[in-house]
Amino acid sequence: MADVVVEQGRVVRATGGRKGSSLRNALGRKSTVAFFLTLPLILLIALLVLYPAFYSVYLATLNKAMTKFVGLSNFTFLFKRETFWMVVRQSCIFAITAVIFKALIGFIVAHFVHNIPAKGQRKWRGMLLVPWVIPPAMSTLAWLWLFDPSYSAFNYTLSFFGVGPIPWLGDTFWARFSVILVNVWYGAPFFMIMYLAALKSVPDQLYEAAAIDGANWWQKIWHITLPMMRNIIAITTLFSLIVTFANFDIVRILTSGGPLDTTHLFATWAFQVGIQSSDIPLGACVSLFMVPILAVAAIFILRDVTKRGNEA
Amino acid sequence: MSRKTLTRRQFVAATAMSSAALITAPYVRGAYAAGKLSIGFWDHWVPGANKASTDLVNEWAAKEKVEVSIDYITSNNKKIELTAAAEAQAKSGHDILQMPSWWPQAYSENLEPLNDVMEPLLKQNGDVNGTVKYLGQSGGKWLAVPATPGSQIKGPCSRIDLMKKHAGIDVQEMYPAGSPPKADNWTMETFLKAAEACHKAGAAFGIGLGETTDSVDTAGAIFQSFGAELVNAKGDITVKTDQVRQAMEFYKKLIAFLPPDAPSWDDASNNKWLISGRGAMILNPPSAWAVAKRDAPQVAEQCWTHGFPSGPKGRFAPYLPYFWGVWSFGKNKEAAKSLLVHLSAPTSIEKFVAVSGGYDLPAYANMTSFKTWAEEGPPKGTLYHYPDPHKHQTLSIAASPAPPKVAQQIYFQATLTKMALRFARGETMDQALAWAEGECEGFMRS
Repeated sequence: MADVVVEQGRVVRATGGRKGSSLRNALGRKSTVAFFLTLPLILLIALLVLYPAFYSVYLATLNKAMTKFVGLSNFTFLFKRETFWMVVRQSCIFAITAVIFKALIGFIVAHFVHNIPAKGQRKWRGMLLVPWVIPPAMSTLAWLWLFDPSYSAFNYTLSFFGVGPIPWLGDTFWARFSVILVNVWYGAPFFMIMYLAALKSVPDQLYEAAAIDGANWWQKIWHITLPMMRNIIAITTLFSLIVTFANFDIVRILTSGGPLDTTHLFATWAFQVGIQSSDIPLGACVSLFMVPILAVAAIFILRDVTKRGNEA
Repeated sequence: MSRKTLTRRQFVAATAMSSAALITAPYVRGAYAAGKLSIGFWDHWVPGANKASTDLVNEWAAKEKVEVSIDYITSNNKKIELTAAAEAQAKSGHDILQMPSWWPQAYSENLEPLNDVMEPLLKQNGDVNGTVKYLGQSGGKWLAVPATPGSQIKGPCSRIDLMKKHAGIDVQEMYPAGSPPKADNWTMETFLKAAEACHKAGAAFGIGLGETTDSVDTAGAIFQSFGAELVNAKGDITVKTDQVRQAMEFYKKLIAFLPPDAPSWDDASNNKWLISGRGAMILNPPSAWAVAKRDAPQVAEQCWTHGFPSGPKGRFAPYLPYFWGVWSFGKNKEAAKSLLVHLSAPTSIEKFVAVSGGYDLPAYANMTSFKTWAEEGPPKGTLYHYPDPHKHQTLSIAASPAPPKVAQQIYFQATLTKMALRFARGETMDQALAWAEGECEGFMRS
């Protein structure tokens, strides 16, 4: 009996030791540490992103009075609304045009900054980032005053050249132009800084080799710079597309969606329908409609990035 | 199973008794009272006006031994509407929340009935106009108490000199300070001729065609003066009527005389138009004049606030009341009701009017002749006709008399200005009306 007890005791001790060491091992593993370090962020995202996201899905299934479940009928109602399809079209025009111009301007400016000698480059980088670091709600107010019907500084300046006055925010074309312009002004520095970082990571030897082979500047850009920057361009475009699609403040401050709803985006129209017209379920539906559009874009872009990552 | 029913006599007697008790007796902290009261007030743009509210609340709190906390919430960027939506969803928040016009109806299910507060107040201060009843009542239940701070009439504020010079209209003679209006000839037709004359002279009327409230309120009053309703009181869509067509034709003519960028105007644009000296008239409460007193005194001296022109179906002026609502989930409803009675006392109302320089308008019939409106200037008497002391016009809100939850959407989607603008920009009448009809059908969701 005594042997058995000892045996059992040893066995128990041995098991306990293994458990302790496996826990120690688990805690010591890099992935576990990483998990615990990111846990606060995960909880924050769950609280501030996931919960509201699921809550808005729930809201989108209620009737206007929010008293009964109506399934997908809010979505089917939206699909029959002329204004909704106009908002879909406008959101696409706004986001795609703005992202193209931001990428283009960012790419060109990044090249200029890259070619500035290292000594003075920091000043330029800082100055060019200013539009991006000012809260857009504030900078858009300044733009509003520049476009102002009574006091527009742009129209005042144009009047010296016999041009205008231009109804910057009162005409559909100019209103769309204005909101896209402000968005490009605000977002181009983000592209610039990302592209600049990518440019700096392209080895100089590649350009030297190309120069020896007699490549001109366009061939260098096409065959070296762009392939080396493809992943950064793809990721930056995706992020910017998401943020631009979901834009609210610029349109809200400049035009409130007018004239005749022709500058409304998903977010501004969702606000008008959900909060101002007290139809929260329909407002939730409008904002949720962004999800499938962005999901499709994200799938295509990220699949391409992963494919190239695997090839590398 | 027997069920005790309340007879009409019993109900009237109970209401009368509780009303009398509420008016005469001070609020006494009972077993249900937590002793604290949280209030969300509209953040007034007039410097010092918030202090008057705070003083009145503190005066009441000291007497009733209630601990109060006040948040002043700006109406900029719809902060009050967002607060109301969040509190209604969370079923938690302030005990009293000041709400703009449409919100008592929007949250009617979450608001404490206030008949016991309103009935004695109506006896004390006089009846309220139809718009206050339309927005503040549902099924005989008072949803909220009309608040003096923030409530306003958006009537014409004209430049005396420019109207005389370009349109040949003496607005002071038409609306003399201290006397009833002599405005029989002040019709939509005269208004249109004046708009044309001032436009030709380079001093166009500053009327917005945007999606914010000033633009919508103007459109509302003009449509109503033609008897044009998009949805009637029963909830039937009545877009394709002769009255709506007449209003649209009138608007199309008017739009030709407005600034070309009027479709992009917000609620600040018309103020800037007047203060910059570019326009002969705007349709706004006297806030623009008050700012002009500070920034452009030579403009302010020439401003005169007066009544709206009349149309074939009457003289309508846009009226936007604010309300104080008590959430049904509030923790101290009895104290909240007691405070609302205090804030609606004639002395409190007079104080609100005085500190706002006459901007704030009481909803009650007996409260439209305070000396503030007669004395404010320059020019002296400029605000005399602002509160409509001679009951010369019908105070109304755009999209009424449609059922409020439908009307709120017509109002905030700016259907009236949009349909007028579509017609003016080249759509046929039938196209513009068909568009508006489609919109109204969408607003019928329940």
